[in-house]
Amino acid sequence: MQERFDLAPTKVNEDLLRFPLHTPLWFWFAIVVLGAILGAGVIAFTFMVIVGLQPLGYNNTTYWAILITNFVFWVGISHAGVMISAILRLSQAEWRRPVTRAAEVLTVFALATAAIFPLIHTGRPWRLVYWFMPYDFARGIFPDVRSALIWDPSAIFTYLTSSALFVFIALVPDLAVARDRTTGWRHRFYALLAMGFHGSARQWRFQAIAGILLSALILPVFVSVHTIVSFDFSMALVPGWHTTVFGPYFVIGAVHSGVSAVATLMAVLRRIFHLEQYITPDHFDALGRLLVVVATAWLFFFMMDFYFGIFSQEPMELAVWQLRMFQMPYTFLFIVFIFAAYLIPVPIWLFRKARRNIAVMFWTSLLVNIGMWLERYILIVPPLSVKQPFPFTWNEVYQPQPIEFVLVAFSFALVCSGILLFSKLFPIIPLFDIKEGQILKRTVRIGRATVPAVIRE
Amino acid sequence: MERPPSQSMLGIFRDPDDAARAVEGLRSAGVPGTDVEVLTDSPYPEGAFGEDHHRHRLYVFPFVGAACGLAVGLMLTISTQISYPMITGGKPVLSIPPMINVMYEGTMLGAILFTIIGIIFESRLPNLGPAPYDTRITEGYLGVLVTRTEGRASVAERALRDAGAVDIVGQPAAAGTSP
Repeated sequence: MQERFDLAPTKVNEDLLRFPLHTPLWFWFAIVVLGAILGAGVIAFTFMVIVGLQPLGYNNTTYWAILITNFVFWVGISHAGVMISAILRLSQAEWRRPVTRAAEVLTVFALATAAIFPLIHTGRPWRLVYWFMPYDFARGIFPDVRSALIWDPSAIFTYLTSSALFVFIALVPDLAVARDRTTGWRHRFYALLAMGFHGSARQWRFQAIAGILLSALILPVFVSVHTIVSFDFSMALVPGWHTTVFGPYFVIGAVHSGVSAVATLMAVLRRIFHLEQYITPDHFDALGRLLVVVATAWLFFFMMDFYFGIFSQEPMELAVWQLRMFQMPYTFLFIVFIFAAYLIPVPIWLFRKARRNIAVMFWTSLLVNIGMWLERYILIVPPLSVKQPFPFTWNEVYQPQPIEFVLVAFSFALVCSGILLFSKLFPIIPLFDIKEGQILKRTVRIGRATVPAVIRE
Repeated sequence: MERPPSQSMLGIFRDPDDAARAVEGLRSAGVPGTDVEVLTDSPYPEGAFGEDHHRHRLYVFPFVGAACGLAVGLMLTISTQISYPMITGGKPVLSIPPMINVMYEGTMLGAILFTIIGIIFESRLPNLGPAPYDTRITEGYLGVLVTRTEGRASVAERALRDAGAVDIVGQPAAAGTSP
């Protein structure tokens, strides 16, 4: 199935190190645009620090809204990376080669961005260390480990640390290639990070073991993180949140949005870095097939969530679903969400021709993430809106304010600039993995060993 | 290009088969397998060049890390609850189920951190020794590195040249670069 280009090692080095070692003009333009959005986000945050949370659309009952939606969304996106990378490494899927690092890097930056949002949301982030750091010896006050809000930072810290180290370990051989192709400060920088890697059989052997072993260790963390994020909601007694299906529902939702984000990212990288010989329609075809399965599994859990909500016939649960589905503006958002997250993209992905069309995959995967962002919004805001139907809340409807949209744009700019700067410093496609794929693509005899052609698609 | 001050020798090969023949030739010439290393720019299947199978203890690292992480997680959850004994929702102060999450994350973090340390340690990194190296290796050439060549330099050089080395680094007549 795989389209196989013959790529000499020197060409692989040249192609994949072109962007880290040479700076095109558009890079500076992108930095200026992203920097402007990031600047606007910093100003918005500073404004909130000065005046408090009043500029946000919060009211007496709806106090988790767009910022927490953003948090859940980016934690979800972060699940793609390591999930794709780990599962594909463990199953030795051949098409993983150009995909893994971009997916892992997306994980790191998406998770780091997600972690910022609860801090912004509190309004007084400098007081937040009391929340999760057990250090207040003077007053004897310590975090309550029985709270889901403590489990969350511990899970995110573990996942972020693990993912960042996973990226670094897999990067070492490519740092050695960059070291050999550079001079001056760049050479010193890459030499320091490469730690003297010289490609001995022993070092390659531990690279291979590292990929498998770390994947096996990170996969359980990956499952735990979004389950624990779902506990932020399901451990509360809020109607619409307090449901046992939330753990797997959040995890599969995260995988759905995350794999879609990887497809979007791969299309962008292919276009801007001219990686047509490395990221081929085959890769999008494989991602599309994976997405059909993941999206359908997600739909099952969504239906379960809906079914559990209405089956109990609890008036408050019914009120939440009524608000989500039959009251504006949520009706409109609900329709957009379900069409964008499933009904439009999945039927398209059933066609091989569509899956192999990169523009189609780019737009449909983007559409999924619009839908999945709305899913989190609909999941979080309406239950809070009907939580306490006191007379003084009758006319209070949560309306997002401009500052919240600025912070949403800030989050996207932060992830984009993180990935862009990473790509500027390091190859976004693993050189050694591509070279290995080139060696193994046909059966060859080397010395005493016969090296088999790779047939795992 | 500077001459490495080590007593090692690096043969540069264009073809993997030649590199494998060089390893075999060195062995026949009496050079022990522990003194021969094959340097490549991408992983080859284990044993492709007839190199020795190195024993390692990497699998111990995650278990030790997991035990340390579990201990830290347990200590953290117990000590914070005992230090600030607040009863919430009628739950006991030392309530095990909610402690499991933090303990689990601590265990996994410990296992992963120790695995990373293990990988770096077992890969013998950082490798700051003066062994010869050539940047052509990351261009697709293969290197056969012979260490401890004292008293057998000519034998090793002959074995490398006979197998088709395009260059030999680490000998007076050869050139190369260090990483």
